[in-house]
Amino acid sequence: MQLVEKLNDIKLRHDYEAIVELIPYAKTIGVETSMIGESIVSSLRFMESNIGNPAIPALHGGVIAGFMENAALLHLIWEIELVNIPKIIDFSIDYLRPGQASTTYSKCDIIRLGSRVALCNVTAWQEDINKPIAQARGHFLLSENKPI
Amino acid sequence: MSINPYLEKISQTPHAKKLKLKLLSADKTTATLLLPFSKEIIGDSVNNYIHGGAVTTAIDTACGAAIFQAQNNLRALATLDLRVDHVRPAASGADVNVHADCYHLTHTIAFVRATAYTDDISSPIATAVGTFMRSNKQFPIN
Repeated sequence: MQLVEKLNDIKLRHDYEAIVELIPYAKTIGVETSMIGESIVSSLRFMESNIGNPAIPALHGGVIAGFMENAALLHLIWEIELVNIPKIIDFSIDYLRPGQASTTYSKCDIIRLGSRVALCNVTAWQEDINKPIAQARGHFLLSENKPI
Repeated sequence: MSINPYLEKISQTPHAKKLKLKLLSADKTTATLLLPFSKEIIGDSVNNYIHGGAVTTAIDTACGAAIFQAQNNLRALATLDLRVDHVRPAASGADVNVHADCYHLTHTIAFVRATAYTDDISSPIATAVGTFMRSNKQFPIN
């Protein structure tokens, strides 16, 4: 079964936990999913292996970026009618505070959904939603132009 | 220009160990890192493509290493922002190299560019630009 078919099957069954099993990297960094209403929401449990600065200790900035990129991907997969797997085009992250040794939460907003490209904003926070640790935006390719 | 004697330490943080990041080379303001392919960092399990997040982590770390080279010390850094353009996916199962260059330093900010590639740096899989906050504290790895 192709990945798109697997994902459409997961969406049909509302099996939001199975989606992480299809993305080995998401499992590696400890992504967990839940449902809020009809939307899929990603969180990142704290793991020793995600530390980038052992003194604070703080999460590796790359882990935070990877978590947020993945959160945007899952959000898109869940929200739109899937023909292909959305492919990351660009990803831009601003770090606002260090990621502490605790669970990280995320919220995604689709800013623009075109036929070929989607723009998604992501915010990540820990204890206090009003004190985000990072904000990011990324473009995803949904379908490609036919070669001329 | 020799490699900053402390530079090996950037591949010794818990997450760098998890991704098995390895320092390949370094020069006056640059550093090159290896992100070995592994099943744990796959994003697309049908095509065996590496997840963009793992590439971003390798880029972030390589940028840090390039700044340590440019500073010639191991003072702590914090990423302010990072933008990654994913030009094309890495070939199935291929290791990824990241070359980063710290092209300007001020007292407070470091400016960095990076390129991720498999075989040929002139045919990148991703390009990135970032800024980092500099600090007077020592990066905490013994």
